Amino acid sequence: MGAYIVRRIAQGLVVLLLVSFICFVIFQYMGDPAWALAGRYATPEQLEMVRKKLGLDKPFYIQYLIFLRNALHGNFGMSFVSRLPAMQLILERLPATFELALMAMLIAVTFGVGLGVLVSVAPNSPASRLIMAGSLLGISIPTFLTGILLIMVFAVDLRWFPPFGRGEVVRIFGNWRSGLLTWDGLKHLILPAITLSTYQLAVLLRLTRAGMMEVLGEEYIKTAWAKGLPQRAVLFKHALRNALIPVVTMIGLQFGELIAFSIVTETVFQWPGMGNLLLSAIFESDQPVIVSYITFVSLVILFLNLLVDILYVFINPKIRYV
Amino acid sequence: MLRHFLRDPSAVAGATILLIFVLGALLAPVIAPQNPYDLEALSLADSLKPPIWMEGGESPFLLGTDEQGRDILSTILYGCRTSLTVAFGVVLVAGTFGMLMGLLAGFYGGFIDAIVMRSADVFYSFSTTLMAILVLGLLKQKGVLVLILAISLTDWVRYARTLRGAVLAVKEEDYISAARAVGASGVRVIFRHVLPNAIPPLLVVAAVDFGVVIMLEATLSFLGVGLPVTQPSLGMMISIGRKYVYAGKWWLIVFPGIALTSIVVGVNLVADWLREEINPRIRRRLGR
Repeated sequence: MGAYIVRRIAQGLVVLLLVSFICFVIFQYMGDPAWALAGRYATPEQLEMVRKKLGLDKPFYIQYLIFLRNALHGNFGMSFVSRLPAMQLILERLPATFELALMAMLIAVTFGVGLGVLVSVAPNSPASRLIMAGSLLGISIPTFLTGILLIMVFAVDLRWFPPFGRGEVVRIFGNWRSGLLTWDGLKHLILPAITLSTYQLAVLLRLTRAGMMEVLGEEYIKTAWAKGLPQRAVLFKHALRNALIPVVTMIGLQFGELIAFSIVTETVFQWPGMGNLLLSAIFESDQPVIVSYITFVSLVILFLNLLVDILYVFINPKIRYV
Repeated sequence: MLRHFLRDPSAVAGATILLIFVLGALLAPVIAPQNPYDLEALSLADSLKPPIWMEGGESPFLLGTDEQGRDILSTILYGCRTSLTVAFGVVLVAGTFGMLMGLLAGFYGGFIDAIVMRSADVFYSFSTTLMAILVLGLLKQKGVLVLILAISLTDWVRYARTLRGAVLAVKEEDYISAARAVGASGVRVIFRHVLPNAIPPLLVVAAVDFGVVIMLEATLSFLGVGLPVTQPSLGMMISIGRKYVYAGKWWLIVFPGIALTSIVVGVNLVADWLREEINPRIRRRLGR
């Protein structure tokens, strides 16, 4: 297990190195950073000075090493637009995105797995058919459309929820501003969280159902029924545990997708998170912010994937990592 | 197989929906009341007209018009053309490349396998959507071909993984050893003996992928990193309509939204049927 984790971390570092190289290329060669820093009306001499200061006159590999050193210190330069450290901008937006993603994940896992088990018990009942039809719609409707439709119905027409923004936030520690602790913040969170969770919920539901249907036909489940265990014990203790393995894999594989769709959701609801920041950075060609976003998100995805692999061992004792 | 298909009402429904939209897209220049991207055909006097059955609705704008006086129905038909083109393009490009990678990795194993599958893992964990947003956002170039390539950049992984698994399963079969024993070359064994037997699971992946790509194209165009504004796209229609949500101009969003979702539902119904048809274990359990 220990050796496995070390190997995975080493692999992760190789990936990060690759990511950093791509980021470096974006940084140096897509748009002239000197020009962007010195401003539109800089004289050629001023441009030259900025180039020297940034080390742009040095050979390629030295430039890359300088970039790496700065990156290790969390220094990705100043945003071209707001003139603030780019990584700081990203981290300021982290709580908003984190709370949104967490809530969405919570909804998706609870209802996805719960309804999946329910449907697998009585696959041909009318309620099951209705849920399956709903899940088909869930995997077929793009996230941005879900969001806009929810806004149209629940914010514009019925006025139950606010259509955009994060509402009232309170500072809990350091710079972490949370919207989970105020009524207003929660009200703002509901529609975006449902939007972000819809697709994942439907995917997890279908996966849980398929897994359960398969497991419920196994001999050991028949044994469990035969020895008179209550339904709850058979379903949740014996069957679900084995049916969950592909579900956990999927949850692990979907982190990247969750982050991608948080960009979409944040755009629709003007949610002040990292994804929203990324999109405006893309339109403003704000390379330092884009690079910071890519680096941060890569770190998060690699870490979460490792976490899921370790979690496996606890769900499925058959797995031994060597 | 056809008999099974006809006995499954949801598969028939899915195929019918799909057929309607494919025909509509193919025949768009003939059946659309207006060419929404021919500037001479547009008139700002026609802008933001509601559907024909509502007060203020006007012929020939069956489903109303958008802010530039474009007929919604016509734009939907042309938008479906783009969606389907992009989806076919990605399935073709990513499918071919992924298939080759999967074959190589599965058949030769060892170092090639390690390289291909590790990079596949990385691409996959970053997700097609995220990679496409970043690549397109940085490229600043737009167009159908760029979009197809940007999506394929990550999308090939689905095919490679599936095919590799199938190849590994097929490789140990007796008939492969037999083919090798009579002296068939590696390439011949791959294409004549391994590939045909590994293809069924790949078909399911392609079907699911087709729907995913249609949604992805719409999403990217909605975000403004997908197609240029000069190209009809369902995602872009909804992005325009979003500005009028508070003005109550629901038809700008609801009709393209229904079209988009219906196509994907159609694709997914067919994909579900295909999956059950190919995996007999599930079929038996459902009592078919």
